[in-house]
Amino acid sequence: MSSFTPISALLGGLLIGTGASWLVLSFGRIAGISGIVGALPSSRGNEFAWRALFLLGLVAGAGLLYRYGAPFGVSAPISRSGFPAWELIVSGLLVGYGTALGKGCTSGHGVCGLANRSPRSLLATTLFFGTGLLTASVLRHWLEVWR
Amino acid sequence: MSADSKFSTGRALLAVFGAGLVFGAGLALSGMTHPEKVLDFLDLAGPWDPSLLFVLAGATGVASIAFPLILRLTTPLLAHHFDLPDATAGIDRRLAIGAVLFGLGWGVSGYCPGPAIALLAALPDSGREALIFLPSMLAGLWLSRLPARVSRRQTARHGMPNAELGTPSLDRV
Repeated sequence: MSSFTPISALLGGLLIGTGASWLVLSFGRIAGISGIVGALPSSRGNEFAWRALFLLGLVAGAGLLYRYGAPFGVSAPISRSGFPAWELIVSGLLVGYGTALGKGCTSGHGVCGLANRSPRSLLATTLFFGTGLLTASVLRHWLEVWR
Repeated sequence: MSADSKFSTGRALLAVFGAGLVFGAGLALSGMTHPEKVLDFLDLAGPWDPSLLFVLAGATGVASIAFPLILRLTTPLLAHHFDLPDATAGIDRRLAIGAVLFGLGWGVSGYCPGPAIALLAALPDSGREALIFLPSMLAGLWLSRLPARVSRRQTARHGMPNAELGTPSLDRV
């Protein structure tokens, strides 16, 4: 299906780490996407503004690459027509509820938390990578729910 | 926080927007906004694509070097204080259960929250998944916080001076 792209993956990762580091350096906050999105509705004033602007920046940054990134091998994601809607719904609820309960996702625990040498984040990252690997492998092959 | 004067200059918000811009560009360049590529990594039984490991290595590598240097400063450049999750906080059951549930959901669709938000940048081609996945994720994120918000309001009503300080633990990592 998709192929191994080590260079763009590494460069993209460096940018992600740079954006996260710049947020801490400039503003003193952690670039944890689930936390930023999760706190958005209950935030007011500047607390709302910084979260909204970070997310706007994220969408704009991705959009720029989707539009002009073809020379670097970037393409915009296109919806998978055969992917069952109910799986997207169940997955969305699990991702939302799980990251709220565990207070972090791939960015907050996986990138920032590990960088901050947080044992909590190391445990969370190990657990969501472990269950993610297991779930994808089982669903795609042993159960053949979707390939 | 609301009386943060450096913050209200707008320079801070511009810097935050810039951080999001670089972060989002990195997500798109890394290929991680393609859920099928993420699943090709998570699915060890198929033709394995190890790209995500390189993304994690790059991102965590930079942050691991930068964070300790940054935290030697007494304040951030454009805000009065660092407001970071407590890295030494204890491990509890909610953390473990939450991470497992997140991993289950991630393994089903290939979306974690960042790439899900980036779907908005690929409209209308990403429309079907944006329309179905995003509202589900937001429902999971926001509905789970309702009880916390109620108790937070009660705390605030009773006039505890630390009410504002007490909330961020739920807000971030």
